Amino acid sequence: MADASMTRSAAMAGPRGAKPRKTLSPRNIMLYGTLIVVCLYYLLPLWVMVMTSLKGMPEVRLGNIFSPPVEFTFQPWVKAWKEACTGLNCDGLSRGFWNSVIITVPSVVLSIAIASVNGYALINWRFKGSDIFFTILIFGSFIPYQIMLYPIVILLREAGIYGTLWGLVIVHTIFGMPILTLLFRNYFSAIPEELFKAARVDGAGFWGIYFRIMLPMSLPIFVVALILQVTGIWNDFLFGVVFTKPDLYPMTVQLNNIVNSVQGVKEYNVNMAATLLTGLVPLVVYFVSGKLFVRGIAAGAVKG
Amino acid sequence: MAEARGRARWTRNISAKIAAIPMIATALVVFLGGTIWTVVYSFTNSKLLPKANFVGFDQYERLWATSRWTISIQNLMFYGVMSLVFTVVMGFILAVLMDQKIRHEDTFRTIMLYPFALSFIVTGLVWQWILNPQFGIQGVVRDWGWESFTFDPLNNPQTVLYGLLIAGLWQGTGFVMCLMLAGLRGIDEDIWKAARVDGIPTWKTYVVVIIPMMRAVFITTLVIVASGIIRLYDLVVAMTSGGPGGNASQVPAMYVYDYMFQAQNLGQGFAASTMMLLSVLIVLIPWAYLEFGGKKHG
Amino acid sequence: MGNSIEVKDLTLNFGSISVLKNMNLDVAEGEFVVLLGPSGCGKSTLLNCLAGLLDITDGQIWIKGKNVTWAEPSERGIGMVFQSYALYPQMTVRGNLSFGLKNAKVPQAEIDKRIARAAEILQIQPLLDRKPAALSGGQRQRVAIGRALVRDVDVFLFDEPLSNLDAKLRSELRVEIKRLHNQLGNTMVYVTHDQIEALTLADRIAVMKGGVIQQLAEPLEIYNRPSNLFVAGFIGSPSMNFLKGRTVEGGRAFQFGATKIDLAGYDGGAVLERDQAILGVRPEHITVSTSPLSGPSIPAEVEIDEHLGADSLLWLKAEGANLSVRVPVEGRLPPGTKVHLGLDIPKASLFDAKTEQRI
Repeated sequence: MADASMTRSAAMAGPRGAKPRKTLSPRNIMLYGTLIVVCLYYLLPLWVMVMTSLKGMPEVRLGNIFSPPVEFTFQPWVKAWKEACTGLNCDGLSRGFWNSVIITVPSVVLSIAIASVNGYALINWRFKGSDIFFTILIFGSFIPYQIMLYPIVILLREAGIYGTLWGLVIVHTIFGMPILTLLFRNYFSAIPEELFKAARVDGAGFWGIYFRIMLPMSLPIFVVALILQVTGIWNDFLFGVVFTKPDLYPMTVQLNNIVNSVQGVKEYNVNMAATLLTGLVPLVVYFVSGKLFVRGIAAGAVKG
Repeated sequence: MAEARGRARWTRNISAKIAAIPMIATALVVFLGGTIWTVVYSFTNSKLLPKANFVGFDQYERLWATSRWTISIQNLMFYGVMSLVFTVVMGFILAVLMDQKIRHEDTFRTIMLYPFALSFIVTGLVWQWILNPQFGIQGVVRDWGWESFTFDPLNNPQTVLYGLLIAGLWQGTGFVMCLMLAGLRGIDEDIWKAARVDGIPTWKTYVVVIIPMMRAVFITTLVIVASGIIRLYDLVVAMTSGGPGGNASQVPAMYVYDYMFQAQNLGQGFAASTMMLLSVLIVLIPWAYLEFGGKKHG
Repeated sequence: MGNSIEVKDLTLNFGSISVLKNMNLDVAEGEFVVLLGPSGCGKSTLLNCLAGLLDITDGQIWIKGKNVTWAEPSERGIGMVFQSYALYPQMTVRGNLSFGLKNAKVPQAEIDKRIARAAEILQIQPLLDRKPAALSGGQRQRVAIGRALVRDVDVFLFDEPLSNLDAKLRSELRVEIKRLHNQLGNTMVYVTHDQIEALTLADRIAVMKGGVIQQLAEPLEIYNRPSNLFVAGFIGSPSMNFLKGRTVEGGRAFQFGATKIDLAGYDGGAVLERDQAILGVRPEHITVSTSPLSGPSIPAEVEIDEHLGADSLLWLKAEGANLSVRVPVEGRLPPGTKVHLGLDIPKASLFDAKTEQRI
């Protein structure tokens, strides 16, 4: 009896209840310290871009690129948008912006429409050789674009659309096809096959099942594809240079021409405003979409 | 009977076959046909327009005798190796840090990944500005009183590739971190529990258990990053236009573009792009063999 | 009346793999046929062929006197119920039921009438405006059956419809399907791997293995007179006991170890003398006694005694073989007890060990 109570009180004296945790342990300081330093490296360019674009040129020349402006001015933004020059043309970056818009919108719509149908056909309507075409497509996504550039130029010229908006739209559709088809194929393969069978017993055909069954069930993946394509096509440079004429250059090409032009005095504040303007669309898409963006880029790494 | 059967088979799923035409055309005409066409015409002396006048390996001999090309290859190899090692190592370390059940994980990830949403042109121009010798980092440090401080990678042929690396890593490491983090999250929780019960220290668990388990993620990441590096073009155009000193930061993709669309020497452009294809195949074929070859037997 | 479904020389190959081999199957009007077999035997494949969801390699399929070999699934006059219910998640129950009818351009008034009738039969009226996600497993399966019901067809195909449900619901819905069949009188083809479902529901069972129908017969026939070793071993739980031995005395007796068993009353063909034969006896057709029996009896020893509630199961060792015997609860014996076994020969099955066919 006495023994039992002894051991019991001894046990009571030991650790009891929740294990204490230190928030300021050396491990945590190291961990968060490293992460914060890394984040500063990532944030620095954005900070510099914004600050420079809000300064007047005298302040850019005299001041420190990391310090905030003493006098805020939106003049560089206005100038970048309306007056910045590419060669002799001084109507600002707005032209490139609108070009990018009219390139991006049809390219995104067409590429997603075609790729989603591809993915659906590959999963539910396999035909002889369908997997071979898909394999070629996936291989094609790793092959350097350079090797296919000139044949495409010839094909588009033959079709009479080389240098036009539609030529570029088709190029974006072609090169977006591998990754998007993979994306949709993987998503559709997770939809139970029995659902497709049930719809066939119910008399729905190829398009009926696509529009009535698959599409309504797949909205998230369409959003992912949308994010992927809007940022991808907006950021394109090479196809814009190769497949369009100067009056149809997308924003990235025009931006590069403005900033890297050798003529005239360099206006760094205007340049940074222009750069920021060009990056704004993908940045807005990125910050609004959050985790869906991660899902989109990770799709490229998911095996088929 | 036999005839009726044949027709029925052919018209079966006709909508599906029509719907697949864009995919079939892209795969066969553009990807396969276009690649073969370029390879074939790389053996011609096409100048302004493609001509089927075959000259054997002349274009390749010229290519490898051109210093601009050999420098491009050297540059790409240096940049490629450095970039691969740094993005993968840093990406993995960052992913491990992010995997410590930290607070504000979403915020950290958002910050590390946003550069990936930006184009190489924007990336290149921002870093060009930050590395500007007069107003950028060098200028700021000199203003602080350290007059002899030199940090001007973009205007020195010896260091220009490091300048490109700083920008390239800034843009791409977040992406690799996300892939690695997804890989880490895909590992069974029970592995960690078992390691903890066995008393294996965390770092050792990563090295001995987790990294080998993530083999597939590493390989896939390497292939994706490597095939992106071979295409490297926009970043160089924006940051250095291939300079300084003419071709200190030239890369193969630039060589191809210039010969195809500027110098009107198509044969050279085709030969150079065929070499690019070859280098990709060297990366791709072993990977495809590992990834898909084994699957059929398994 | 004629046959509702006729499968003629049906063959299906996937590349070089032969999945269904030259299969023939006739299902009579209003008959309930169960396709039963282990996984991979081709039973679901056969059902998908009947539905037109798989293209066959050779042969013909007739439904209601029409050659439907090349017909689209929706043109075959069938309704189908799937294991995972396969309800369209974005549509309400009503939408799910009407989807096929709308595709077939059935007038709205007729659609409403048929949905009302199906809902009444299946008692799902209160659920009509809900989405599938808001239904329980049993309710979802009712809706899935309803989808076949509204099609107003003569042939229902069930692809393991109860496998995703828990044991209690499964037996409830099983009874409901049986009641539905009695009420509607449709032809039903039902795929399952659960022999209880097969034995209780079927008019006839087709036991399949390796893409071939092993035996097609009424449940009792299959249970009592399995045509080969596979069917005998597959049907019944616990499995039939197989005693390896040989037939002697011109086929009048079976030699099992040291014991000679008289085959008088065996219900089958000419036994003859065979060096290798297998005598199959179900656990309930063996009697256990602690004292020696009058006729020839097999000495055995109790190893394990399992209490199943209604009765109990003895696991015994006899002549080096493991046997199971079903006994009433009062007949329970502790492990180690020496017993004598008597066999009910008229209900036993005798197989040739080489051909594995019933003699």
